[in-house]
Amino acid sequence: MLATAALGLMTVFPLVWMLVISLKPASDVFTPSLIPEQPTLGNFLYVLTEVPFLRYLFNSFFVSATVTVAALFFHSMAGYSLARLRFPGRDILFLAMFSTFLVSLPVIIVPLFILTRTLHMLDSYAGLIIPAIFNAFGIFLLRQYYLSLPRELEEAAIMDGASYWRIYWSIILPLSRPILSALAILFFLANWNAFLWPLTITSDLNLWVVQVAIANFKSQYAAAWNYVMAASTIVAVPMLVLFVIFQRQIMESIKTSGLK
Amino acid sequence: MHADEMKSPAAGAKSARGLTAKQRERYAAWLFVLPDALGLLVFVGVPMLLSLAVGFFEVNGFGGYRFVGLGNYRRMWSDPLFWSSVKVTVAYAVMLVPALYAAGLGLALLVQKTNRFNAVMRSMFFAPQMVSLVVVALVWQLMLVEKVGIVSRLAPLVGLSGISLLGDPNLALFTLVLVSVWFLMGFYMLIFLGGLQDIPAEYYEAAKIDGAGPVTSFWYITLPLLKPTSFFVLLVSLVAAVAGGQVFDLIYVMTKGGPVNSTSVLIIYIYKQAFQFGAFGYASAMASLLVLALMLVTVFFFLLTRGGRFEHD
Repeated sequence: MLATAALGLMTVFPLVWMLVISLKPASDVFTPSLIPEQPTLGNFLYVLTEVPFLRYLFNSFFVSATVTVAALFFHSMAGYSLARLRFPGRDILFLAMFSTFLVSLPVIIVPLFILTRTLHMLDSYAGLIIPAIFNAFGIFLLRQYYLSLPRELEEAAIMDGASYWRIYWSIILPLSRPILSALAILFFLANWNAFLWPLTITSDLNLWVVQVAIANFKSQYAAAWNYVMAASTIVAVPMLVLFVIFQRQIMESIKTSGLK
Repeated sequence: MHADEMKSPAAGAKSARGLTAKQRERYAAWLFVLPDALGLLVFVGVPMLLSLAVGFFEVNGFGGYRFVGLGNYRRMWSDPLFWSSVKVTVAYAVMLVPALYAAGLGLALLVQKTNRFNAVMRSMFFAPQMVSLVVVALVWQLMLVEKVGIVSRLAPLVGLSGISLLGDPNLALFTLVLVSVWFLMGFYMLIFLGGLQDIPAEYYEAAKIDGAGPVTSFWYITLPLLKPTSFFVLLVSLVAAVAGGQVFDLIYVMTKGGPVNSTSVLIIYIYKQAFQFGAFGYASAMASLLVLALMLVTVFFFLLTRGGRFEHD
């Protein structure tokens, strides 16, 4: 138990260290003390006022929230259709969609960039948002969930002549609230932390997301680690808070995502 | 989406538009699945084919394309940097995949019992997953600054003095593996916890009655019954190590492939060729080869597991 606790503390140490350095003045960045001798909020103030950091935060929030809402909407529709409705080619279509699960961004980054440029979506919110919406993981999890719902729930509605859209909207969606909220957190998190795609398609500073901003921040302020850590803390803390609140849901949904 | 198009009729009857219930269901189903199917086709399917196609062209800085047949593939053959990045990729994966398996399973076993203390510990092991790889890379860079970074200060305590964990070409990749394990182990811990949950407790009880110790029951119950989970973990972590976005972010921010290309894995080299040198054709050809390799690995895994099914004996 003691060993486990020690391991746990070692695991979170780098995150604690980030916070510690963000509170130290520049001169103390390399002192080994865990408690800042002259704690200061100056680094945060600098980052938030001298750098258009609020703008980057807004961009990240706007992109992540939009992607999350759109993804939940589309994936729940697709999941419902693939799980509950009958149509020719359904299993093949599901397999085809699911097989994109293992295609990662780095292997298609070049053609995706060419495609986005052809669609005139470089340096635009559309370019940041639209390609990020589609992923097989969410469709897969929602389909699994809908397969487990009892059929009786919709049968009465079908008897009454309700449209499929109505069944989806007023029966299926309300029933999926728990899984949708878990997925919402995971999607938001993934997009908030995304770096490679925004890095590749945005050169306009006004469209930078926070991750791109802090990566550049480092090269710009070469050794100003106190600023870099303050910026990192601002970016990381909302997600850590989200985690503390929703840790059970987050960890449960990942636990069940392993193929069984 | 028009609601009236999806109205389902009273059983058997035809609707106003003369559609049978079956047709109605079919059209509704297609409309529901359309946005995602189209999105995946355009933003994943098309790029994969495009990658293959662009791989046969030489692309210049002004976006001009010239067909070169297998020219890019020949260039790869004689490009020492390509081969060195293949080597680095293999070395990284060979170190990372078993380390993640051991760390993930080890942690899962450590915090397997459901109680308050273990719940806190699970959260602590998982916490790094919440942070972006950019932040992870920056924090570790700071801790690894030569001589004065906190880790560099602590290194002599375990007998490692005068070394540069990120600056030494012989150590940098190893250091990146350690940071990757630190970041990723919480995820695999959860996957293993899910797998462990599915093993019926009676098995362990029966083994205990038969006088089996913890090592024996781990070897004869836990490991065999974890087979599906193990395959999933090995496949996913292998793909993540070779082509994962998180690995890209980490290496890109932390070392950019340096020092002297010692951490330049293939996905980093592809990215540099494309976006630093504008060699889109060459980069696409390399990416296509990588996709092919990953597809072969996946097929191999599925053959090994007889189509993803496992028989418990």
